[in-house]
Order: sequence, then structure tokens, then C-alpha cells
Amino acid sequence: MLETIWFALWGVLWAVYFMLDGFDLGAGALLPFLAKNEEEKRYVYHSMGPFWDGNEVWLITAGGVTFAAFPTAYAVMFSSLYSALMLILFCLIIRGVALEYRSKVESHGWREGWDMLLFISSALPALLFGVAFANIFQGIPIDAQGIYRGTLFTLLNPYGLLGGLLFLCLFLYHGALWLGIKTGGELEQRSRRYAKVLWVPLLILAVAFLVATWFATNLYQNYLTYPVLWILPALAVAGLLATRLFLQQGAAWKSWFASSAVVVGATLFGVAGLYPNLLPSSIDPAASLTVTNASSSPLTLKIMLVVALIMVPVVIAYQVWVYYIFRHEVSPEDLAYEEGY
Amino acid sequence: MEVLILSRLQFAAATFFHFLFVPLTLGLSILVAIMETKWVRSGDDEYKRMAKFWGKLFIINFALGVVTGITLEFQFGTNWSRYSAYVGDIFGSLLAIEATLAFFLESTFIAVWIFGWERISPKLHCVAIWLVAGAGTLSAYWIIAANAWMQHPVGFVMRNGRAELANFFDVITQRFAVIEFVHTVSGAYILAGFFVMGISAYHLLKKREVSFFTKSFRIALVFALVFSLFEVVQGHFNGGEVATAQPSKLAAMESHWKTQKMAPMYLLQIPRLSGEGNLIEWIPIPGALSILAYGDPNAVVKGLSDFKAEDRPPVFLTFVAFRTMVGLGMLFALLTIWGFLIRKKLVDNPKYLRIMLLAIPLPYIANEAGWMVAEVGRQPWIVWGLMRTSDAVSPVDPTQVAVSLIAFVLFYSLLGVVAFWLMARFAKKGPAPLPAQG
Repeated sequence: MLETIWFALWGVLWAVYFMLDGFDLGAGALLPFLAKNEEEKRYVYHSMGPFWDGNEVWLITAGGVTFAAFPTAYAVMFSSLYSALMLILFCLIIRGVALEYRSKVESHGWREGWDMLLFISSALPALLFGVAFANIFQGIPIDAQGIYRGTLFTLLNPYGLLGGLLFLCLFLYHGALWLGIKTGGELEQRSRRYAKVLWVPLLILAVAFLVATWFATNLYQNYLTYPVLWILPALAVAGLLATRLFLQQGAAWKSWFASSAVVVGATLFGVAGLYPNLLPSSIDPAASLTVTNASSSPLTLKIMLVVALIMVPVVIAYQVWVYYIFRHEVSPEDLAYEEGY
Repeated sequence: MEVLILSRLQFAAATFFHFLFVPLTLGLSILVAIMETKWVRSGDDEYKRMAKFWGKLFIINFALGVVTGITLEFQFGTNWSRYSAYVGDIFGSLLAIEATLAFFLESTFIAVWIFGWERISPKLHCVAIWLVAGAGTLSAYWIIAANAWMQHPVGFVMRNGRAELANFFDVITQRFAVIEFVHTVSGAYILAGFFVMGISAYHLLKKREVSFFTKSFRIALVFALVFSLFEVVQGHFNGGEVATAQPSKLAAMESHWKTQKMAPMYLLQIPRLSGEGNLIEWIPIPGALSILAYGDPNAVVKGLSDFKAEDRPPVFLTFVAFRTMVGLGMLFALLTIWGFLIRKKLVDNPKYLRIMLLAIPLPYIANEAGWMVAEVGRQPWIVWGLMRTSDAVSPVDPTQVAVSLIAFVLFYSLLGVVAFWLMARFAKKGPAPLPAQG
């Protein structure tokens, strides 16, 4: 029972991470296309300014919880996905530094350089997270000793790549909506136009992914057994339709929330299908890591649950407060901050 | 074997680099918070300028501390998967709790501080920086409790082929954790104090913004003085704790080979690079090591010769790191006492100011040396007495690790240069004038 609760929490943490960091990864990846001049670029940077750091902690927490609640899965998953994870880590390092350092020096070359790095370090993790999760859904070649029997290229299979493209497109869309909220004038208009354009491939990729999942994975097994789970993909699909509708009406926040529902629904769709596996083995079903054979001791799970039940609501409360005090459109006064971006 | 060496080098590089930024984050956040509190209380805008100026250096430094910390957490899984599976029940939960309890707070409120000057009231803004400072130190506690568990595992049972939690309270409140925490955090505070003093000295030497930098210097001086004196006394107890919990580490710290009563310390001592014994042992202080270790000159201190060769830590590195740390620690106490005596007439003492400017790197060296003592001295164990480092490494392809190691070193060097260049640039430029409306 405890393991199942932690499995659910584990899924939720990843879903929240993708929902939050998704928009700033997307916004960073859109920078070179959307922002036409220095001022617009600074608006893009500022749109993420007060949020990206707090968003990224959800990743640390998701990683930490994988380690704490399912140590064996953490060990095998992270060492199997070694190169992909290293690339993500390098990107996240570059991203943080780019955001913080870019506007600290008034030199064209300096800023162009960081802009390019921000673009790469935003787009690549979006893609790689998708590849990684699609591979987890599908199963990876691990043996009974937890040793990875594939190569780097094993992960770049069609289903993995489809997952990567879906995540990338979803985050780009999510980010474009965010920029539409946080900026004004031409940049706002352009962001919305981009969002409208991006929605089409997003829809196609989402449908393709749902269909491919049927053939490439066992995820639907749980859905056939427990039909109530259909709520999750239904949430994603409903969100996908609603977000476009709201976008049409110019309801920016509503559209963004609907797109958040897509991210959360899509992540949980995969996670719920995965249960009770955390990491299925594609070569030996008995070697799969599950909530029972990979979890921590009941005592650790209990203590962590107490901490999580108290602290996560507190974290959510103050993060919501931060979103609230910085809810306004980025203004020229914000750009004038000497500590700002 | 190859993966082991590569992974150790990579982890050492990642820790070393992370710890170039963490101590300043821990200490400078408190100094900035003190400055801002003075502003809120007195309404004197000079303190606001101080909070903003030092805060800017803080932010540049903070960014790298955060991003390099993420790497460390993930490396346990990528490079040390056997370790992760073996002790994740305990070690992993400490990291996860650190993230929920402290890291969220720190990362969220630093943004409030950076972007909130005009959005929230000065009082609330001041609370934000205190939350950042408090969260930083709290975060340090959890991480160090996790490290202390590797040094001195308690509160666990061996079950299902791994270490499982038996008593959470023991794990987070054990003496070793408390002592290691106090020692590490004091070292970090000293570093921040010297950082602020050094940069202030630079401007005072040029007689620029004299009032601004004299005040900054004095705040940092009192801070550094308190912790430097404390560290000298506390370091002694730390030694005693290591002697009891990790006798082979203590022997390596002193390159002490022969088990004996009245064990001496040598004022000048050079261990052999490899092999047993010392090249040079001059000017012994009889019984000094026995006193350091057990508070009794007649106590027997076990020498390295009585540990099996495969159970000994690398002696030379541990010894050099320990001596460096202790020597510098004493120097910090002397420098801050000197500064305190002349605190009223700092500008008239260019010699002292010049020394303090040159002293900026020294606490960095001392802090890194301290970690070397703790981590190199712990070898060959990854968890003392439970698991050897060689059994902890991931079964991954060495090429992957080699590539990532090279990438880490190149990439971190580049980032380090950029970060310190940027800090030096802003430090030299001095504080910006406040806008007219205040």
C-alpha cells in the first residue's frame, strides 16, 4: 500500500515538474525564433525570471524521491540512461548560468553566445526527457543483475524519438502560451500565433503517440483492467482541445491552465499504465523493477510520507504566492532592475 | 577498475567545483540579510546599497552553487548505482527531505529577493533573504547528516542485502553529524567574511566609498572573528570525534605509523609519497597527538602500521590537506583578531588591508582541504566499515564515464573562469548609486 502511494506521488512529482519547467524550457527554446530584438529577448528572459529556479527544484525532488523511495530503480534507471542524463545535466547547468549571467555584461557577443546556449540547453532536455520517459514506458534492456545491455543508440528507437518530439512540441506550445501571458504588444501577438501553429503538430504527435503506445508498450493493460484510469488520458485530450479553444477566445491564462492539464494528463497516463513497474525490462520480464522489488523499507516510506504530507502543501502554498506576486506582465520597470535579467 | 577511477575523479571534480560556491552562498546570504535588516531598521539607504551590492555578487555565485548541486545528486545514480541501491533507504531519504524542506525554500525566495524590491514591502523583502539564508544552512544540515552517515553509519539494520533504516532520529541527530555540520558551516561563514573583507579592503586601499566599505568590512570582520575563534576550538573536538570513530583516518591525517602511548606531533613532518613511514620528522611535541585524539597524553594512538594496507586511506593527500586546513584555520583567527584591534582605523592600515585582499583565496583552500580530509580520509570505504568504494560503482561502460569526465572538467573550468571573472568585475566596479527616488 505504502509503495503504491509513493508510486503515485512519484508520478505526480514528475508531472508537476514537467508542467512547471515545461513552460520555461519551451520559452527558452523559442527565444531565437520569437524575440526579434534585444528588448524582446530580455522580455523572454524576464518571463522566466522569478520562476525557473523554483521550478527546477521539482526535478531535484522527483530525483530525490526516486532515490529515497525506490533506490534500486533509481540506481538502475540512472546508470542505464547514463549519457542521456549527463546531457540533461549539462544542459540544466548551462541554462541556469545563461539565465543568471546573460544580462550581466553589456556586450553583444556575450549576450548572443548565452542566447544560443539557452536555446540549446532548453530544447535538448525537453527532447531528452521525452525520449527517456518513452523508453521507460516501453522497457529497456536490463538483465537480472540490473545491468544495462543496450547502447546509447538503443534508446533512440522510433517510439523513444516519438516521445521526445511529443515532449518538445508540448513544451514549446506550453512556453509560447506563457510568453503570451507575460508579455505585451507585438511579442504577445507573435507568441500566440506561434502557439496556434504549434498546436497542429502537437495534436498529430499526441494522437500518434497514443496509437504507438498500443503497439510499443503494455501501458494499456492497466486501462483495460481498471477503466477508471481512462480519466487520465481523457484529461490530456480534453485539455488539448480546450487549450486551443481558449486560445481562440484570447483567454490566455485559461489556455495555459488547459495546456498544463495536457502535460499532467500525458505524464500520468504513462505512469498509471506503467504500474506496478517503475522500469520494465525489455529482455526479461522477471528483471523488471517494480514498486515491490525496488522500494525502500516501510519505515523510510512512512517517515518520508509524513514529511511530504506536511511540506509539499507548504511548498505549493508559497510557490503559488510567488506566482501571484509576479503574475503581472513583464514591464519596462522590471527590465530596469539592476539585479534582473 | 577503470570505471572506478574515472567515476572517483568525476565525483571529486563535481564536489570540488560545487564546494567552490556553496560556502559563499551559506555565509554571504547571512551577511546580506544582516545588511538589509539594518536598512529596514534604520532606514539608512547606505545599508540598502550594501545589500544590493553584496547581493549581486551573491546571485552570481548562487547560480553556480545550485546547478552544480543538481549534478551531484544525479551522479549517485549514474556513477554509484551499487551504492545507491545499497544505502538509498537511508541516504536517499535524507537528500529527498533536504529538497522538500530546504532547497525549495531557498530557490523560491531567492527569486522573490531578486525581483521583489518594488513588489513587496521592505520588511517582507528582508524576510525573503533571511529565508534564503536559513534555508541554505538548513539544507547544509541535511546534506552533512547524509555525509556523516557515510562517515559513521548509525540507526540502520542489514536486511534484504542492504542497509535499511532502523532509527531515523539517530541518523539525523548523531553527534558526528552535529559536529561535522558545525565545523563545515563555520568554515563557510569564515570564507564569506574574508570574501567581504577582501573586496572591501580593495576599495579602502583606493579610498573609494570609504564609509560604505568600512561598514561592510566591520560587519564581515565581527562575523569572521566569531567563527574563526570558534572553529579553532571546535576543530579540536572534531579531531577527537574522528579519533574514536575513524582511527585510521586520524592516523593518516597525522601520518602516524607506530602505535604508541604519548604519541607525538611533529612541527615539521613530511610523509612518504608511497610506502610506509615519514621522510622527515622534526621537532616532536610528545603526547600532543594523544591529547588531540583522546584528551590524555598517555592514551594509546593506533598507528597506520597496525592497519591492514588495504584498509588505509591515502596518507600523503590526507596529511597535506589536514595540515593545510589547520594552518589556515589558525591564520584566520590571527588575522581577524588583528583586524578587530584596528577596526576603528582600517583605512590607515594599508598593510593589513593588502594582506586581507590577498587572503581572499585562503578560506577557499581551507574549505576544499577540509573536504579532502573528510572524503579522502574515509577511503577505502564509501560507507565506513560497511561498503568499499570499489564495490559501489555503476556497472557502466567506461567510455561513457571517460567522455563525461572530460566534459565535466573542461566545462566546469570554463564556467568557473566565467563566474569568478564576473564576480571580480562587479566587485571592482563597486556599488551602484541608488536611483533618485530611493
